[in-house]
Amino acid sequence: MPDSFHLDAVPVRLEGCSKTWPGGARALEPLDLAIHGGETIVFLGPSGCGKTTTLRLIAGLESPDPGGRVLFGDEDVTALPIERRNVGMVFQSYALFPNMTVAENVAYGLKVRKVSRGERAARVGEMLDLMHLGEFAGRRIDQLSGGQRQRVALARALVVRPRVLLLDEPLTALDAKLRDSLRLEIDRLLRTLGITAVYVTHDQGEAMALGDRIVVMARGRVAQVGTPREIYYQPADGFVADFIGTMNRLSGRVGGGRLAVGRTSLPWPAPDGPVELLVRPEDLALADGEADGHLDGRVAAAVFLGDRTRLVVEPPDGPALTVDTAGRSDLARGDRVWLRVDPARLLAVP
Amino acid sequence: MTTLSNRRGWGFWLQLGFTLLVCALMTVPVVMSMLAGLTANYFVGLKSGLTLRWVEEVWRVYAGTILLSLQVAVACLACTLALGVPTAYALARRPGRFARLAEELLMMPVAIPGLATALALIVTYGGIGDLRSSWLFILIGHVLFTLPFMVRAVLAVMASTDLKTLEEGAASLGAGFLRRFLTIVLPNCRSGILAGSLMVLTLSVGEFNLTWLLHTPLTKTLPVGLADAYASLRIEIGSAYTLLFFLMIVPGLILLQALARRGRPDA
Repeated sequence: MPDSFHLDAVPVRLEGCSKTWPGGARALEPLDLAIHGGETIVFLGPSGCGKTTTLRLIAGLESPDPGGRVLFGDEDVTALPIERRNVGMVFQSYALFPNMTVAENVAYGLKVRKVSRGERAARVGEMLDLMHLGEFAGRRIDQLSGGQRQRVALARALVVRPRVLLLDEPLTALDAKLRDSLRLEIDRLLRTLGITAVYVTHDQGEAMALGDRIVVMARGRVAQVGTPREIYYQPADGFVADFIGTMNRLSGRVGGGRLAVGRTSLPWPAPDGPVELLVRPEDLALADGEADGHLDGRVAAAVFLGDRTRLVVEPPDGPALTVDTAGRSDLARGDRVWLRVDPARLLAVP
Repeated sequence: MTTLSNRRGWGFWLQLGFTLLVCALMTVPVVMSMLAGLTANYFVGLKSGLTLRWVEEVWRVYAGTILLSLQVAVACLACTLALGVPTAYALARRPGRFARLAEELLMMPVAIPGLATALALIVTYGGIGDLRSSWLFILIGHVLFTLPFMVRAVLAVMASTDLKTLEEGAASLGAGFLRRFLTIVLPNCRSGILAGSLMVLTLSVGEFNLTWLLHTPLTKTLPVGLADAYASLRIEIGSAYTLLFFLMIVPGLILLQALARRGRPDA
């Protein structure tokens, strides 16, 4: 791969950026965030959580409420409109120009930058090859599939060597299989280019696979910032825990440094009182029998997923628990089971 | 298609017959009128022979009205393009209560009888300088009447394309407003602009209601002259006039239709 494909890794900083709509509704509470140069950061959350607003603030499509600042490296770009920020943007609906061919779409940003005809042709050709689009150069946009369209959009955004690449739900409009393959391609591209990328999605799988760090958002606020592992294993609160993956809830009671869960108690250094605990399905295990089990229940459902079997176990009291066991499990609905809990994997969250 | 044609029942033939009947109902008078303009003596009929005499006569007397109609139509198109496309763009980009209200207000000249609009124009602006006796007075009336059709046609296309996102895409690539408007907005609204132009040209050339009140003896347009001819001259002359009208308008329509078809991405 030629050197020209390696792009500058510009850090991005948001300082006190909030956004209030003209009607008075608050889309984003004041946000401070430092995105490292070359990092892929994913904004994850349900719709209306403020993730797209944040992306549009970085892009320059919206300006923050007075006092907020957006910095690219050391440059304050808050007052610059999007066309002067030198960002690359990829939209959920592709936003390709229907009045132009694939090559003309990719060349558009270079034309705006008054790049000479010869260099333009060379860079467009190079970019189309990188995105495996060489043979489609002369096609019209309506002759392309969704996946091809989004690859053209990526090529168009990257060919101008932007300081930051912004992706707004780029895979949402695609079907599941294409989504996976294009996600891998985007991942490869971001790693190769070394560009700072901001990626917005509501899909936790995409966030986990692509993000160096994930910013989980809810109702205009940041719920947690962390690596995918941190978000998954140490969720900051119940919202993050529920939003990412499957999480079981256990009610227990702490007394005298021990935690009572089900029929057993575990050492637990915490003040006395009732607690709610979270545990991932893969952190619950089937016990050999009553002797080493902590919780008992009946199997309400057993779903064979190939590599594992997902059990839904109903304890005599409390909500149903989801447990992942070996694929070759032969448990069936109605069977009585005993579950073991590893105390190190229990999470107490506010 | 053969399997289909085998199944053509009486319903198909009934529909075909009906369609042909309706077509005949509309085209026969037109053809008759055109023939009348070429007939030596309409009351004797076609056996009196065909002649271009009436067409020449019309051209001698009414050439001025035909040229003025063309002049007004082209000027009207220029005005509605310059006013209508930006208006449609503004309405499309800022949807809201105010925009809807503006859209409704814009339709008023279509809803109000042309005579009333013309009268209002005369009362309000008739006293300004030589405006009353200028062809520009007719142009103003025509622009007022045709502008809504241009705005509607362009707005419909703009509303069906996600113009906002396309423009955001262009802006992210560094394009400023003017460049976006010229390279993204206009090309992607081409079909609407062409449809609107077609509408404006034909409406302006054929406009009678407003023009009848607005015109002076020195600013007669084709439809006004046509009314004159039918009212006071031989029917052959009126018909020859109609013939010239068709010769003038049909090639323009065909050209615009062809342009509109070429503008479609699937063509």
